Amino acid sequence: MGITQGILDASFAAAEKAGATRITEIHVSIGELTEVVDFALQFAFEALTPDTMAEGATLFIEMVPARSACHDCGLEYDHDRFEMLCPTCGSLNVELLRGREMSIDSIEADNDSTEE
Amino acid sequence: MAHIDLGQPILDRNERLAAVNRARFAEAGVFVLDLMASPGAGKTSTILATIAALRDRYRIAVIEGDIASKVDAEKVKAHGIPAVQINTGGACHLESDMIKRAVDTLSLDELDLIIIENVGNLVCPTDFNLGEDAKVMILSVPEGHDKPYKYPGIFQISEAVILNKVDTMPVFDFNEDEFNGEVHTLNPRAPIFRIAATKGEGVAEWAEWLAARIEAKKAERAAGADA
Repeated sequence: MGITQGILDASFAAAEKAGATRITEIHVSIGELTEVVDFALQFAFEALTPDTMAEGATLFIEMVPARSACHDCGLEYDHDRFEMLCPTCGSLNVELLRGREMSIDSIEADNDSTEE
Repeated sequence: MAHIDLGQPILDRNERLAAVNRARFAEAGVFVLDLMASPGAGKTSTILATIAALRDRYRIAVIEGDIASKVDAEKVKAHGIPAVQINTGGACHLESDMIKRAVDTLSLDELDLIIIENVGNLVCPTDFNLGEDAKVMILSVPEGHDKPYKYPGIFQISEAVILNKVDTMPVFDFNEDEFNGEVHTLNPRAPIFRIAATKGEGVAEWAEWLAARIEAKKAERAAGADA
């Protein structure tokens, strides 16, 4: 819920700054290693948007798979949240490249008055 | 129809305030620990045991996060240690603005270590930076050895894992080898400290790890001051 509110706060601010009155789409990226669950995010989004400028908007969630680099053998590999070790050499000396993101990528907004 | 690119963190406000907290802690040379665990895992007992082990060497304060009540802060204060209670009023984790307000009531220059006791929860505290130097989690034996695979996120974000209540191992069906293996798979570099906080067992080893981190931060600050 706090995360969805974060998405909405940032979207409202950006839309207002652009002079828009309505938000139709919000695009976010969520890393698979975060604790964010897409259906919970959608549920909170539906609960929080009525009577706001994002009423009826669609939330697009792109889940970003985890990817790490092995500093010993140089391999870059996608993995699930349970296996962090390098799959070829078994090294612990690995660095997470992505999978922890929680970002708002873009929104689609319009201005009711200019469309008339 | 306008397309607006944002490319900003969802928790932008929390991240910005965490950075403010981090800068304040760095300036004062205070090491800040975010201690996470489920309710009843022994966060407060572990904090009290850690205080007993380190209070002769370091000046310590505690920030207690709970949904309600002042019980934990009172327990810490009873040991003569400054404690600030944060009541989240229902929120399941601490956020950086709550920490900022708590820190405002402390004299940072007179401290070496702040221990933040997060709200009892194995999920939400994972994704919220507070400006801490390290997140550490506690799992207690009665919770079961299968928790790493059920709550992988918190085991992965923690720099060290404390296994508490090891004295109860004989009564519970806790498979320690399996637990160690799961933690190792999720977070290969995290050390696991076996403790029985209320009995003081194993606390010295954990306290030394923490002391080394506190010293490293002090050295970092001294090096920064020389530069």
